[in-house]
Amino acid sequence: MSRRHIISLLMENEAGALSRVAGLFSARAYNIESLTVAPTEDATMSRMTIVSVGSEDIIEQITKQLNKLVDVIKVMDLTEGSHIERELMLVKVRAVGGDREEIKRTADIFRGSIIDVTESTYTIELTGAGSKLDAFLEAIDSGFIIETVRTGASGIGRGERSLKL
Amino acid sequence: MEATGAEIVVRCLAEEGVEFVFGYPGGAVLNIYDEIFKQNKFKHVLVRHEQAAVHAADAYARATGRVGVALVTSGPGVTNAVTGIATAYMDSIPIVVVTGQVPTPAIGLDAFQEVDTVGITRPCVKHNFLVKDVKDLAVTMKKAFIIASTGRPGPVVVDVPKDVTSHITDFVYPDTLEMRSYNPVVKGHGGQMKRAVQMLLEARRPMIYTGGGVVLGDAAEQLAELTHLLGFPVTNTLMGLGGYPATDRQNLGMLGMHGTYEANMAMQHCDVLLAVGARFDDRVIGNPAHFAREQRRIIHIDVDPSSISKRVKVDVPIVGDVKNVLTDMLALLKQAKEKPDAPALNTWWTQIELWRSKNCLKYNRNSPLIKPQYVVEKLWEVTGGDAFVTSDVGQHQMWAAQYYKFDQPRRWINSGGLGTMGVGLPYAMGVQLAFPDAQVACITGESSIQMNIQELSTCKQYRIPVKVVTLNNGYMGMVRQWQEFFYGSRYAESYMESLPDFVKLAESYGHIGMRIDKPEDVEAALKEAFSPALKERMVFMDFQTDPTENVFPMVEGGKGLSEMILAEEL
Ligand SMILES: Cc1cc2nc3c(=O)[nH]c(=O)nc-3n(C[C@H](O)[C@H](O)[C@H](O)COP(=O)(O)OP(=O)(O)OC[C@H]3O[C@@H](n4cnc5c(N)ncnc54)[C@H](O)[C@@H]3O)c2cc1C
Ligand SMILES: Cc1ncc(C[n+]2csc(CCOP(=O)(O)OP(=O)(O)O)c2C)c(N)n1
Ligand SMILES: [Mg+2]
Repeated sequence: MSRRHIISLLMENEAGALSRVAGLFSARAYNIESLTVAPTEDATMSRMTIVSVGSEDIIEQITKQLNKLVDVIKVMDLTEGSHIERELMLVKVRAVGGDREEIKRTADIFRGSIIDVTESTYTIELTGAGSKLDAFLEAIDSGFIIETVRTGASGIGRGERSLKL
Repeated sequence: MEATGAEIVVRCLAEEGVEFVFGYPGGAVLNIYDEIFKQNKFKHVLVRHEQAAVHAADAYARATGRVGVALVTSGPGVTNAVTGIATAYMDSIPIVVVTGQVPTPAIGLDAFQEVDTVGITRPCVKHNFLVKDVKDLAVTMKKAFIIASTGRPGPVVVDVPKDVTSHITDFVYPDTLEMRSYNPVVKGHGGQMKRAVQMLLEARRPMIYTGGGVVLGDAAEQLAELTHLLGFPVTNTLMGLGGYPATDRQNLGMLGMHGTYEANMAMQHCDVLLAVGARFDDRVIGNPAHFAREQRRIIHIDVDPSSISKRVKVDVPIVGDVKNVLTDMLALLKQAKEKPDAPALNTWWTQIELWRSKNCLKYNRNSPLIKPQYVVEKLWEVTGGDAFVTSDVGQHQMWAAQYYKFDQPRRWINSGGLGTMGVGLPYAMGVQLAFPDAQVACITGESSIQMNIQELSTCKQYRIPVKVVTLNNGYMGMVRQWQEFFYGSRYAESYMESLPDFVKLAESYGHIGMRIDKPEDVEAALKEAFSPALKERMVFMDFQTDPTENVFPMVEGGKGLSEMILAEEL
């Protein structure tokens, strides 16, 4: 049975470290839904969040293979425990006439904010779990959407559950 | 003390106690070669193709257990080396390959002889480095040797741009080094080992399945002690041959696609399986669904967690170095009050002996043609079972594995995971240089040998007296066999036309050539080749073998382990 997993990892901030992870996923034909990476408070380390879909066996192999990469310091499958997931999305929509009010109301319901306004468009910023962003996209008529850009998921364990050295 | 990058490379190799560097020069590594010229700590061996440099370094590592070293130039030097690197990677062999690179300011500009070495080799190395600053060079070399040789071993590439080799810095070689991101687990988990021992003692139809990890981890002694103590049957993978003595009664021989009937049957029908440094390869267990049909509990010892439960789910995973784990399990076993179930074992052995009595490796001994199996058997006799044997890839490789009885680890040197034709001769060179007094035989085919035949020249230059045993069936026999069985005997492009006269070819390189056509001449030829008179000489034996001989038993791809094709009743 396939499930969606959020895997977080810390790795050395070395040139090429990202391509090792990306190469691993393509070489072993693992599914990759999103991948984000940025430095941490410690400049020598980057933190990466990977969202992948796979059976328990495949996800187990993925975490083992990630751990095996020499640049990878620590790996944690966030979905194994309680965690928080957030993703940022910017959506530019066609907004003219009566649609403007309708779109604004939908954005409010999802606690999105309109961060850019022109005569014919709105750009809405929305943060939340991937499923919430999906729900928002479903809630507005796809005919309105001009552009969508998502950052990919970031995640963090709840409470004392942490990925640190 | 100040040194250039090139001096640093050379001094790091000396610090590591490197004996041989196998290499080939070119523009990007000329500074390094100039430093090699000035030193006398290690010997450089000039091969005739970079692929052979890496294979020879790889074989040196397989035979000695130490890290092998190769040096190649940028661009085509690197691309030629890739097959060698991938071969070492698939079999987990510790080597360090130093590659030249274009100067740092030229990187990315499609410079002359530039390739993205780190990118090209990434999927077939344990790790690789591009050294952009001479200050990082010594530490990187140290890391390369540590990473290559610890945990699950593997090749490491160190890519050094030409300008870095001329830059100067203070040279200090670190004795040790910590890497927060690299800490292989070496000690087994106590609880898991207890469970494993309990399970072994409860077994009624046990089987010990051992692989390359026993050889790589130098654990043959511990394996033998455990196996004798338990009285269980044992089998080796192709990579594990010699990890347990082949001539010992408890050894059922190799398992897998061309494994023995008794080993495959015992593997399929056991109730407790102890897997030691073996990775449940597709050539070993056949169809995993068929394998899973029988109920059995599996204990798996491996230093690499990703080898465990990859193709076959296991019940007791034990991550750790095989020598440590077997030592700890032996201690637990000796403390245990219970003993293995003797009556159950008796019944199991009776069954196994019945399987063994099929005598699955029998072949026609009355043929007027030379049978390849006979050549290997005779080689075993003539060398007293004590030679280092390298092989190429094909039928001859399987016959070497089946009929040369390896009683010691690190004696059988072959490409199992990648199955690279052309390794045989460079492998033999690497081994012979490491052990100048040993008998080294390269069992090969007329097709494989042609893939690195140019190395006869290297053998000449360095007086490397390897003995090449060519089982010349005139075909890419392994391909021909599959075409006979699965493609209606349509032999598409598997006949080796226009073969050279190997005797003359060997002689033209200054070696001794022999052509053997009749079975009754086989033994005499081998005896002569391995006689004291020819100890210093490279001998190329061209045995004209039966072109239609096939390798048996055989498990067809996708079939279950117990569904073997056996040789026709003779
Ligand atoms: C033509 C051809 C036919 C073949 N037919 C067969 C066949 O019939 N039978 C067969 O067996 N093979 C066959 N092979 C070889 C096959 O492809 C595999 O290479 C081989 O089976 C793998 O052997 P292994 O499982 O011992 O693993 P290896 O590749 O030797 O891997 C070793 C394992 O041990 C682990 N390890 C390494 N060091 C340690 C340590 N210190 N402690 C603990 N664990 C360690 C590693 O992590 C790894 O999992 C054939 C190959 C060719 C080219
Ligand atoms: C580099 C490479 N190319 C192709 C193959 C596929 N292949 C495997 S065995 C074989 C034939 C080998 O012929 P030969 O060396 O004569 O050995 P034989 O099987 O006849 O003993 C081939 C082509 C391979 N393993 N390696
Ligand atoms: Mg042949």
